[in-house]
Amino acid sequence: MSWHKLQVDLSNTGYVASDDLAMALFLGVTLGKPLLLEGPAGVGKTQIAKTLAELQDTKLIRLQCYEGLDASHAIYEWNYQRQLLSIRAASEEHKPSDEIEDHVFSEKFLLQRPLLEAIRQDKPAVLLIDEIDRADEEFEAYLLEILSDFQITIPEIGTIEARSRPHVILTANGARDLSDALRRRCLYNYVDYPDRRTEMAILAKRCPALEDRLAEQIVGFVQALRKEELEKKPGIAEMLDWAAALAGLGINDLADDPEQTQATLVCLLKTERDRAAVPKEVQQRLVGKAA
Amino acid sequence: MQVTRFPERAGGPAERLAGFMAHLRMNGIPAGLGETETALAALGAVDANRIGEVRSALRAVCAGDAEQERRFDELFDAYWLNRGRKRDGTAATHSSRNTKAQSGSNYRLASGATDDDGDADTPDDGNAGEAGRSGTGRLVASKISTIEKTDLRKLMTPEDLELAERVAEKIARSIRDRRSRRRKAALSGDALDMRKILRKSVQRGGEPIELFRKARPDRPVNIVAILDVSGSMTVYARVFLAFLKGLISADRRTDAYLFHTQLVRISDALRDTDTMRAVNRLSIMAKGFGGGTKIGANLKQFNAQYAAQSINGRSVVIILSDGYDTDPPEIIDEALARLKRRGARIVWLNPLKGWEGYAPVARGMAAALPHLDHFAAANTLADLAALEPWLNRL
Repeated sequence: MSWHKLQVDLSNTGYVASDDLAMALFLGVTLGKPLLLEGPAGVGKTQIAKTLAELQDTKLIRLQCYEGLDASHAIYEWNYQRQLLSIRAASEEHKPSDEIEDHVFSEKFLLQRPLLEAIRQDKPAVLLIDEIDRADEEFEAYLLEILSDFQITIPEIGTIEARSRPHVILTANGARDLSDALRRRCLYNYVDYPDRRTEMAILAKRCPALEDRLAEQIVGFVQALRKEELEKKPGIAEMLDWAAALAGLGINDLADDPEQTQATLVCLLKTERDRAAVPKEVQQRLVGKAA
Repeated sequence: MQVTRFPERAGGPAERLAGFMAHLRMNGIPAGLGETETALAALGAVDANRIGEVRSALRAVCAGDAEQERRFDELFDAYWLNRGRKRDGTAATHSSRNTKAQSGSNYRLASGATDDDGDADTPDDGNAGEAGRSGTGRLVASKISTIEKTDLRKLMTPEDLELAERVAEKIARSIRDRRSRRRKAALSGDALDMRKILRKSVQRGGEPIELFRKARPDRPVNIVAILDVSGSMTVYARVFLAFLKGLISADRRTDAYLFHTQLVRISDALRDTDTMRAVNRLSIMAKGFGGGTKIGANLKQFNAQYAAQSINGRSVVIILSDGYDTDPPEIIDEALARLKRRGARIVWLNPLKGWEGYAPVARGMAAALPHLDHFAAANTLADLAALEPWLNRL
């Protein structure tokens, strides 16, 4: 396999990746290195993990990070209910407590959370660690052990080795700086908003029924809109929603009915202030630019 | 940019690659042995005769963040395409302009050996840096300082000073205990520690007789206070210094800085137990006291020099300034954005905000606003006290 073939495969599965992103992903898969993707929200960082899983016909295991995420939610937890029942049953048989302890702290009573689940797969899974910058710094430390050795240490049992090495993709929005140690272990790619040509290709992939002229207007408008001062710039998903909305309403030309075009902007502008920042006049100017 | 000559008689690809890694390191991209190994493996996986592929692959391996990724192409060309010498002059100015707009902390790295070329205020910055690092507060007199030496002692009565200190100490105490969201074992807490309970219950045939709990432990907050003592702030400087001193003495994790045309770390001087002696030490330190302001440049320097050690996700940065800046507002904007990315919360106390009809129209202030978590007045002691409930909510 070459990186170019991967890019074509991704494209056939519906994901148009830039050369750099395809290369980074290819190296990540080939060299078995985690890939760190940074960039604004809505540029398809999460989507590429899903697409990769689809492409490799493997399981996608997703860990959504948040502040306060800890080992019992990310790696493993004991199944306390089962343990309790088992202890009761065993003590009625008057087994020695050492034996009971060994029994209830065995793998049978372990609840797998995403990270443990990922290394216990027979076929290499795609492990998506989403928005790693939201988790606390302590959590990065857990992650470092797993990403470098692909093993997990559980005090009661010992070290659990990986059955297969998952393809790890981490995403970050830049909520906080990540530690250098984590960065150094990962390949890196900054995913930016796509350029006009790439975005046209994405739109053509996702909405093949759209007329060329309207597609060009849509992409041109969204590209121009991203240059405006907005709180939340529209991502690719928003662009696709908008295209679907326009197609659904039977609009063929953005300049035809400014009122209606304005109403459809709810798909692109997601905050009150952004709505106010793009009144009809601005919208018309952007449509003019897009043409 | 530091230029490494392409080794004309270099041996195999490994040696050339090692040279490239050294070239990256010299230009501030921390590529180590691990990266070299990965890079070699990566080159094996792509077509090494196609420069586009090699560039793209090496970029994915060597760059660690968006800033490094942006600079990578230039460094790549300089080494592999032997453009280093030819482009030396233009490359250096280009990168310094580039990084000035985009990042405070990488600026020095980018300029490399040519060292801060073309920046008017760097000589001052360099000196201030030395003074800060030495920790004794020795400061080389600034060129732009006003001639008269501002006497701190005549500005306030001792009673007001004491009140300010008491208020500040209360604030410091209240914000030390921002709560963490993670739990750990504790004698009393809001959640049961099931793991421990079960372990202990094994000995009693599964009866959970003893209950163990876990709680969200208190995590200290680091306060970093940065005080503007330029000419326009002189009337407030004395109270604010006392306020800073109160913050500092309550908690050793607190850090204080003062700036006018340069930035000085004053934590050690403020920890002096004798208020008057501390004030004297300070007036000796800050010879440029009461001069012009370079807020943006100073925040940028703070990012470059101190932020890495003193700022993390539990930091609260308190900036006391009126927002009148002689630098272009983009510098403030960039410096605060950078600070924010480190996870710090930023509070800006502006004495002018207490004035009737005040609007943050000063360009520097307007540029700073989007980055602030809290923007408050600070022209009375009551205003300073009003900070406490806000910090308590964190």
